[in-house]
Amino acid sequence: MARDKFNTVQSSAVPLPIENVDTDQIIPARFLKATTRDGFGENLFRDWRFTNSNEPKTDFILNDNTYKGSILVCGKNFGSGSSREHAAWAIYDYGFKVVVSSFFADIFKNNALNNGLLPVQVSEAFLSELFELIASDPKTVIEVNLGKQEISILSSGKSEKFDISSYKKECMINGYDDIDYLLNIKDQIETFEKSSI
Amino acid sequence: MAGKTLFDKIWDAHVVNEIPDGPSVLFIDKHLVHEVTSPQAFAGIDARGIKVFRPERTVATPDHNIPTVDQHLSIKDELSRFQVNKLTENCEKHGVTLYGLNHPFQGIVHVIGPELGITQPGMTMVCGDSHTSTHGAFGSVAFGIGTSEVEMVLATQCILQPKPKRMRINVEGELGKGVSAKDIILYIIAKISASGGTGYFIEFAGSAIRNLSMEGRMTVCNMSIESGARGGLIAPDDITFEYIKGREFAPEGDDFDKAVKKWKELYTEDDAVFDKEINYDAADIAPMITYGTNPGMGAKISEHIPAESEVEPGNLASYKKSLKYMGFEAGSAIAGNPVDYIFVGSCTNGRIEDLREVANFVKGRKKADSVTAWIVPGSKQVEKQANEEGITQILEEAGFKLRQPGCSACLAMNDDKIPAGKLAVATSNRNFEGRQGPGARTMLASPLTAAAAAITGVITDPSTLIN
Ligand code: SF4
Repeated sequence: MARDKFNTVQSSAVPLPIENVDTDQIIPARFLKATTRDGFGENLFRDWRFTNSNEPKTDFILNDNTYKGSILVCGKNFGSGSSREHAAWAIYDYGFKVVVSSFFADIFKNNALNNGLLPVQVSEAFLSELFELIASDPKTVIEVNLGKQEISILSSGKSEKFDISSYKKECMINGYDDIDYLLNIKDQIETFEKSSI
Repeated sequence: MAGKTLFDKIWDAHVVNEIPDGPSVLFIDKHLVHEVTSPQAFAGIDARGIKVFRPERTVATPDHNIPTVDQHLSIKDELSRFQVNKLTENCEKHGVTLYGLNHPFQGIVHVIGPELGITQPGMTMVCGDSHTSTHGAFGSVAFGIGTSEVEMVLATQCILQPKPKRMRINVEGELGKGVSAKDIILYIIAKISASGGTGYFIEFAGSAIRNLSMEGRMTVCNMSIESGARGGLIAPDDITFEYIKGREFAPEGDDFDKAVKKWKELYTEDDAVFDKEINYDAADIAPMITYGTNPGMGAKISEHIPAESEVEPGNLASYKKSLKYMGFEAGSAIAGNPVDYIFVGSCTNGRIEDLREVANFVKGRKKADSVTAWIVPGSKQVEKQANEEGITQILEEAGFKLRQPGCSACLAMNDDKIPAGKLAVATSNRNFEGRQGPGARTMLASPLTAAAAAITGVITDPSTLIN
């Protein structure tokens, strides 16, 4: 089934300069009782965003109107912990298209890519610069160009290349989905199963 | 050409196809399913109008959402009940074997796979659950996947996966008094950090690992994911084959002998090369506990929480945030902190050997009144065995009560939530903020350490209480 196509995103960003943000913070377990993929954005970072009595915590970045945009910039080792894909769904559903960090947990990275959310891994130096620039000017515009595999800060002209396998890049740009690919090679899977398993 | 690692042997034998500059198409021998990460995957294949490709390779059980008391009654929480019922519906519709609530084989997926003999050496195994790494203890390549990947496996019995790098961690020597498998893995993660294993599949080797029981090996592999690794595995040996023999789905008679012959080929060759190799001395490991909010923040119970000056400058902000959440002072002693709850259970330490260890320790002692103790068997079979061996009774005499099997307070999706602000010593695998309930403070440790805390009411190094 086709997914949204991804090419270039130009946007201001929301900074979350915290390390080791685990998937329990992104979407706490008690919100995993749903049986569909919808609506997880509401509970994104639930316990950082809201008090126990469901009042928004004003000191949390998502409740601060100064910072907006479809790019989330995070500290290193983002998405560790549980394999729950709900974390990627929640971030995407909230409205982010790109997550930038200097390091991503493996399963989170796969889950993000399988859901049209682009994880962009940058160097520590580039990440600190991003945090500084966004802090001094929340309107700082960042461009993420998947075709060129490049992330740039428009005001300073600074940019950095990022890695993605050419297969995944193709999938994101064209909105292809892995299951379609696998279904298309089913004969090959059956032959393999007969001969090798 | 260099010889192959154990990991390479298994992985390479399951590659259907490699996409140039892309992932491998990996055939999956066994797929485990639970209620939380599967409904959207089943809905996905329904929307495509297809059926589960190889239903006989998938086994399902509800574990995350279920209550641990009164399991014979219908689940009270409406959403949980709906999700568990959905699993039943999906399995019926697609011909997938389900061990539902009250079935004698029901339990935490990672406990039942091994105990039923479903998990076998040389297999590729996945589950929409990060602790699938547990099954690596048998010399299988087992790892957690997301729901889109669950859908891939349901649809095609394959998954698209980049091949991880290889790491080997050797632990040589004898473990000291009161030191268990849990301490080994908490020690390793404290050394390499919660992200030190990212991108790798870890083989655990060395005499201290080989001397562990299967239960102990499962504990080690279970938490390999907490170092960020894709999974962990241990070469199968006689201990493995002995464990599998006679289990429900293990091969029998001649087939078993043939299987063992094949399994004996599963080892890392002497000249194999790892991308990274680390050596530890078992004598350096002591009873461990975590003091922070990721599993890498662990220390020996006899030591102090690191002072700020001992923390790398780049990590200081996270460090402070973490201690603030836990209500601990940098540089303060770990032992002696009053404990409100203990939780013995989960796919890390909810197996029969864990309960035996706790029972042995608490026999003839009494639980401290200030501590609430939740002891939760990992499966129906563990529960049954605990009853048969008299463990349940020993626990009761010491003031403990065995609950019914499930994930329970490991992730607190059911009613087993540690109240905000309370301090729990847990034998599970994650001490993230709110993992055991909003505001709950979790310290991860071995079953023995949890038992010691239950008796004394404070964090205690168990080696000081055993002869
Ligand atoms: S016991 Fe905990 S870690 Fe294990 S499967 Fe259940 S929730 Fe996950």
